[in-house]
Amino acid sequence: MTVADQNPPSVRTGSPVLEARGVSCAFGQRTAVDDVSLALYPGTITALVGESGSGKTTLARLFALFYRPSAGEILLDGKPVSARGRKVDYYGQVQMIFQDPFSSLNSLKRIRHVLSRALAVHGKASGRRETDAKVVEFLERVSLTPGSQYLDKYPDELSGGQRQRISIARSLSVEPRVLLADEPTSMLDASIRVGILNLLRKQRDEEGLAVLYITHDIASARYLADEICVMKDGRIVERAPTEQLITDPQHPYTQQLLAAAPDPSRTAWASNPEGEVR
Amino acid sequence: MRIRLPRSARVRVGLGVFLFFCLVGVIGPWIVTHVMHTTAEHSDFNAVAAGPSWHHLLGTTTSGQDCLAQLLEGARGSVFVGLLSGFIAMALAALVGVTAGFTGGITDRLLNAFANVVMTLPSFILLIIVAGYINSPSILLSSAIIGLVEWPGGARYLRAQAMSMRGRDFTTALIAIGESRWRILVVEVMPHLTGIISAMFLRAVVAGVFAQAGLAFLGIGGSTVSWGFVIGAAQQHGAIGLGLWWWYVPPGLCIALLGTATALVNFGVDEVSNPALRNASSGVRKAMKRAERELAARRSQETEGATA
Ligand SMILES: Nc1ncnc2c1ncn2[C@@H]1O[C@H](COP(=O)(O)OP(=O)(O)OP(=O)(O)O)[C@@H](O)[C@H]1O
Ligand SMILES: [Mg+2]
Repeated sequence: MTVADQNPPSVRTGSPVLEARGVSCAFGQRTAVDDVSLALYPGTITALVGESGSGKTTLARLFALFYRPSAGEILLDGKPVSARGRKVDYYGQVQMIFQDPFSSLNSLKRIRHVLSRALAVHGKASGRRETDAKVVEFLERVSLTPGSQYLDKYPDELSGGQRQRISIARSLSVEPRVLLADEPTSMLDASIRVGILNLLRKQRDEEGLAVLYITHDIASARYLADEICVMKDGRIVERAPTEQLITDPQHPYTQQLLAAAPDPSRTAWASNPEGEVR
Repeated sequence: MRIRLPRSARVRVGLGVFLFFCLVGVIGPWIVTHVMHTTAEHSDFNAVAAGPSWHHLLGTTTSGQDCLAQLLEGARGSVFVGLLSGFIAMALAALVGVTAGFTGGITDRLLNAFANVVMTLPSFILLIIVAGYINSPSILLSSAIIGLVEWPGGARYLRAQAMSMRGRDFTTALIAIGESRWRILVVEVMPHLTGIISAMFLRAVVAGVFAQAGLAFLGIGGSTVSWGFVIGAAQQHGAIGLGLWWWYVPPGLCIALLGTATALVNFGVDEVSNPALRNASSGVRKAMKRAERELAARRSQETEGATA
């Protein structure tokens, strides 16, 4: 029996795309993720909050198959995923966005290369003209307009927010069904965070993307997520639809987190929900 | 997009000197035949052990051979062996080091152990033994032997660089795109290392020139005329005692100058920290730009020490 089963949120539609079942992962003596079960549903943004070191990144990396769980398994469409061999097909379905947009792009490659490789690996486009057109399409989807202006740029000619959009565009260009976003805005200036969050929300609404949104910031989770999971010491201690969790937190740790968070009415998410695009 | 000229000036001087010697290596023998109308072996019995004059700009040896002709002819032997052995050493270093560092695991342990074993062998002594055993090795064989003993230092260094690359977000992100490992290695990671590899290549070339000079001086470098060969001959004929400085000083100076040139380039590479040379057009600057980025990254990552 999992925590998720105890609190079936009303927001879910259909069966989960990606699911962790009882996964654990340890580094030496330290258990970073301890018997965690978490399911991600299409068209649903699931936020994962918790203090530093609670195992959020490790869980995301387990989902991305960077680590092999010491117990439990990852299931895609209900089928266990093998951790062996090249996982092109898996990465065609599950994509990850990294926290630091300054290190997640190869500084020596132009934006055209960055996106066209993702397209090529997953057979989404062939030939220079078609590829360029697709690259521009995805750049514009993440509000980098006109897209053609960015093709020949290098990452260090772009701002942090623009780079993070490039990362997102790269992930979206493989047309995944799941997006794992590990603190995608924490390295960015407050004024451009909302734009990135709105972008994730748009993908959920338009593409039915399942999103795992990892954050420290409970206010941003409230702004974006359909449901929130609270993680502590490698375990998920509470999971509930966003409003329910905010108004009626059950676990003492969740109450503590909410008490420590700034008043939501004073945060950028509430006062400026549309946000700046850039 | 700033280009700090004073900083890269050293590099440019160093590269200029290096390229000058390469040029001399290529056209030197041609000048000897077509401009000076002589050979390195031809003896002028009217001027034996003569000092510099209009007729023999760098004087002659005790058998009346023209020292300038020998210097030009010797440039080919020295520079060619240097370049070829440097190329062999760097190709092996890149192959072993980068593969080991980027692949990790058992492959890394095996390759690294192999490099360490080769590295602990005293390379010059090994060279002497092998070259002496082969008895008058050809120019190609000398290059191969020198290259084969000089790769491990570079391999260890590149391994450390490649390891740091493997831990970077951008390579992890590429794995998460589904890119294959070899493609990540060759297309995405290698360009980060080409700057360092070219700087190391230069060093390997000079090490090759030195090693060849050492072998030739000891008389086991084969019969190809080279700077070391000339110095060895001068020593055998007592040029120092006879005061025939024009015989042994110029080739010695050439070797020293070549060493200085690489040192200049390496200092320059270490000094430059401004990563904004992208618009510079020449290939050298592009290589420098990459080297710079690597050095900046290296400073922040503090990986292990320099090549042996
Ligand atoms: N590669 C690793 N090697 C060793 N220990 C690790 C590694 N990755 C994470 N850990 C440990 O596992 C625990 C969980 O780390 P994790 O990065 O998942 O936390 P997190 O919730 O993402 O924290 P943060 O909010 O600071 O990003 C930490 O104690 C961390 O020290
Ligand atoms: Mg984290």
